[in-house]
Amino acid sequence: MSGVSVTKDVQDAAGAADDLVVLSNVNKHFGALHVLQDIDLSIARGEVVVVIGPSGSGKSTLCRTINRLETIDSGTITLDGSPLPAEGKALARLRADVGMVFQSFNLFAHKTVLENVMLGQLKVRKTDQKAAREKAVALLDRVGVGSQADKYPAQLSGGQQQRVAIARALAMDPKVMLFDEPTSALDPEMINEVLEVMQQLAREGMTMVVVTHEMGFARSAANRVVFMADGKIVEEATPEQFFSNPRSDRAKDFLSKILHH
Amino acid sequence: MFDFLTSGQYDVLGAFWVTVQLTLYSAVGSLIWGLMLAGMRVSPVPLMRTFGTTYVNVVRNTPLTLLVLGCSLGLDQTLGITLAGGDSKEIGFRLAILGLIAYTGTFVCEALRSGINTVPVGQAEAARALGLSFFQVLTLIVLPQAFRAVVGPLTNVLIALTKNTTVAATIGVAEAALLMKEMLENEADALFAVFGVFALGFVLLTLPTGLLLGWVAKRVAVKR
Ligand SMILES: Nc1ncnc2c1ncn2[C@@H]1O[C@H](COP(=O)(O)OP(=O)(O)OP(=O)(O)O)[C@@H](O)[C@H]1O
Ligand SMILES: [Mg+2]
Repeated sequence: MSGVSVTKDVQDAAGAADDLVVLSNVNKHFGALHVLQDIDLSIARGEVVVVIGPSGSGKSTLCRTINRLETIDSGTITLDGSPLPAEGKALARLRADVGMVFQSFNLFAHKTVLENVMLGQLKVRKTDQKAAREKAVALLDRVGVGSQADKYPAQLSGGQQQRVAIARALAMDPKVMLFDEPTSALDPEMINEVLEVMQQLAREGMTMVVVTHEMGFARSAANRVVFMADGKIVEEATPEQFFSNPRSDRAKDFLSKILHH
Repeated sequence: MFDFLTSGQYDVLGAFWVTVQLTLYSAVGSLIWGLMLAGMRVSPVPLMRTFGTTYVNVVRNTPLTLLVLGCSLGLDQTLGITLAGGDSKEIGFRLAILGLIAYTGTFVCEALRSGINTVPVGQAEAARALGLSFFQVLTLIVLPQAFRAVVGPLTNVLIALTKNTTVAATIGVAEAALLMKEMLENEADALFAVFGVFALGFVLLTLPTGLLLGWVAKRVAVKR
């Protein structure tokens, strides 16, 4: 799986016409805490953006505003040209188009692995049983857990659960996939199996927003690194630029902390 | 000593049959009403949440006797609401069930809600992220997992309901407690025997509920 490199071009101006997710001037508070401050961020179709930054800087919140698991106070977010609906059926439809992978997997504990991957297809996409099953089986094979289809999530290792969670999100044919620290809850030996699945997705052209501290993944798969601190986007650059020559002091400070141990 | 059972003067089985019917209808009604109340209490619509919370707090803290009397005096005798008419016996039976449902539903609701709180929020978030509606998230993901934590508390609610049906006696429904009162007046020399028979009757009604649901609880115990 390694050895295949991904083109790492920061999107040029011409790409702007093909922006899939656009956040402009987004602000959000939790009580007195200003977690997102004037966030402007455009993500082009097929682009892989890694979001990085110290704990509490608002990375998860940013990720969650994109499918409106968190509401925003001001600004706009558009997906594929249309603004995020506030609620109801339209919001559910939008969420179906945005895949989300959580740090804690969140597989449905009372359903088998196969049922987890079929549920959204059956209940949201209204796919028929047979087609949903075939697709679920194919996706589980693709992420390497086909043999676990009839087990319950609790019977799987963390790495396997996270790969099922990725398959569950992919089953909806999302336009964009959001990953919030997908490997942070994993034992070290399981991190790679999940990262490999994500690398493959990136190569296949999936649009991805990935909150992660995995530098290896950022270097090999990301088109762009977005560095956040205190609710602001402090720096955006290609992975090479960012890791070898960070411009802001915050980023230098942060990198020195995570790279030197 | 147990002559009163064979004298043919009292229909003990018939009275307990009324108790069973009161229990069954009220149980089904309370489960449905409690489910709806719980749905309101966790719904994203503020008005529904307010209604659910207010209803539960008012009704749960009102004595059941008051509610059943209220149904009888307030609905039937004052407003003439009899839920489909019939003779006074049938009306009393239905209104007692209404009172029992109104009351027991609050306990079902709170048992469900505490069960819902045992389901990690990530489960609902993952379901919402897939594009499931509020109703689907509740019925497909949250409640099936909540039920597992809720079987025990719900058993207690159902057992309490079985015994609470005796309150229907206050509006003259011919269930077990009313017959017992009548028999205690007439059979003063067999007080303990009469008590014993009715106590045994209620134990026989509630014991299977406890055993059955205890078995269910084991079957569905949550795997995490
Ligand atoms: N639901 C909430 N209510 C109140 N405050 C919150 C809530 N969620 C997050 N916060 C606060 O908002 C800030 C940003 O949180 P967020 O989870 O987005 O940070 P993060 O960058 O993802 O951090 P981490 O690396 O620890 O995951 C933190 O200070 C956090 O305590
Ligand atoms: Mg986070």
